[in-house]
Amino acid sequence: MTADGGERTGLLARFDRVERAVHWTNAGLFAVLVLTGAALYLTPLIALVGRRELVERIHLYAGIALPVPLILALSGSWGQALRRDIRRFNRWSQADRRWLRVMFQEQPRRSRSRAQLRTGKFNAGQKLNAAFTAGGGLVMLASGLLLRWYRPFPLDWRAGATFVHNWLALAFVVVITGHVLMALADRDALKAMLFGRISRSWARRHAPAWLDELDEQAVDEAEELAAAATGPSSRPGSGAAD
Amino acid sequence: MPKDGSLPTSLGRPGRGKPKPVEPSHGPDREPRNGGPARGLNEPAPDAGDKPIGRRAVLTILGLGALGIAFGERVQNGITGLLTPLRSSGLANLLPGGGSFVLYTVTGGYPAPPPDYHLTVDGMVDRPLKLSVADLEALPATRLTRNFQCVTGWVVDDVHWAGVRLTDLARHAGASSRATAFWFTSFDTVYTESLSMEQAEQSGAIVAYSMLGAPVAREHGGPVRLYVPGMFGYKSIKWLSGITLTDQLQLGYWELNGYPVNAWIAGHPPSSFRHPPQIRDPQ
Repeated sequence: MTADGGERTGLLARFDRVERAVHWTNAGLFAVLVLTGAALYLTPLIALVGRRELVERIHLYAGIALPVPLILALSGSWGQALRRDIRRFNRWSQADRRWLRVMFQEQPRRSRSRAQLRTGKFNAGQKLNAAFTAGGGLVMLASGLLLRWYRPFPLDWRAGATFVHNWLALAFVVVITGHVLMALADRDALKAMLFGRISRSWARRHAPAWLDELDEQAVDEAEELAAAATGPSSRPGSGAAD
Repeated sequence: MPKDGSLPTSLGRPGRGKPKPVEPSHGPDREPRNGGPARGLNEPAPDAGDKPIGRRAVLTILGLGALGIAFGERVQNGITGLLTPLRSSGLANLLPGGGSFVLYTVTGGYPAPPPDYHLTVDGMVDRPLKLSVADLEALPATRLTRNFQCVTGWVVDDVHWAGVRLTDLARHAGASSRATAFWFTSFDTVYTESLSMEQAEQSGAIVAYSMLGAPVAREHGGPVRLYVPGMFGYKSIKWLSGITLTDQLQLGYWELNGYPVNAWIAGHPPSSFRHPPQIRDPQ
């Protein structure tokens, strides 16, 4: 269903509609959080923007809203591709561990070594980024809620939550800036997040194991189709005929 | 299987440790390719047998976050100390705890002072006062250079303050000997604060009209605010417009919102301060 078109057009389905919707909703909310956060935190901006209560409220609601797209996407059958990619993020192959080691090599050697790695759909850097975003996002949410509703808790938790929230926000700004710069440096990858598809040549260079996986899958599906054509009664409801 | 390039070591997949249950494939039963688990559309990516490092990383971050909330106050104090020598560069001011003010307000914005701004001193006094900024400046001034530390963890070192000592002002108004506490109100109409007479004496609190070497800026609580040395910043009420002497200490805005009535910063409570006066909740 997804990989077959690739053979004809040279494009592979990388992110489905749900994944892209979650990504860009999160990106928008993150932008709101950074802008309002800066207006709450950076002294010159605080006075410039004023209206602290309003800015605080926008920041709070945007923060609470941040996990909602992901939860919605995961709460139904439409989240299949997303769930699958999350499983990919979780699992680290030996190629991923090797990828991290390769990053510490000197440049000419690094490119050569990286080209030999059998990286899957996501490389170790993307997996690290996913883990940081998931874990860090939850910590931001928890510390943010604690800053807003601090009364049931010991007061030094509020200072601790301020500490965690501020420094982690800074880390997020650095990491997401890197994320954006890398997307701008690789327009194909950026287009895949915009339109969902990516070229075979990109996959061959950056995600060879994923390309193989898709090809195998396409072969499987073709075999299934062929089997369905010869003995349709043996598999009820396969729906493969259309 | 030439296409499967995953590394041919003993560490490779089919499920090291406990094997993952293999989902039944949608297709007919056929021999899975290269001995790996049969793959259907719903099944995990081919590297499913590998380490769940992503989950471990997420859990580690959650644990660090919890530790940070529990002990972050101390860590931040250490970081603030480390950043102090960098502060003149200006760069450190962008880092959390790097010595910048966070400009809080308890209302929607930074209220503008009324055109005929006056500070009133009333309650248990012989001579209620109504003082303009110029009147305050004409009184004997007290100058201090002290930290400003917020209960949420940030601190600004070496802030220059100038104003009239609160106890001098009380004396000037002819405070009754029965007056034991101050009640402060703000022209933002929401913020309130209080100090006992003893706290006012021990801290050397001032009614400040100058801060950071200039008239107190609007967002810092100008034209006149309180500054209570040795106490967390929420005691230093901004946009001060009224001081009332009473015989009972009341809870102010932040105490009613859960902040400690005893706002002394660690190490600051003078040894003589042991028995906070009785509190009357205004509600």
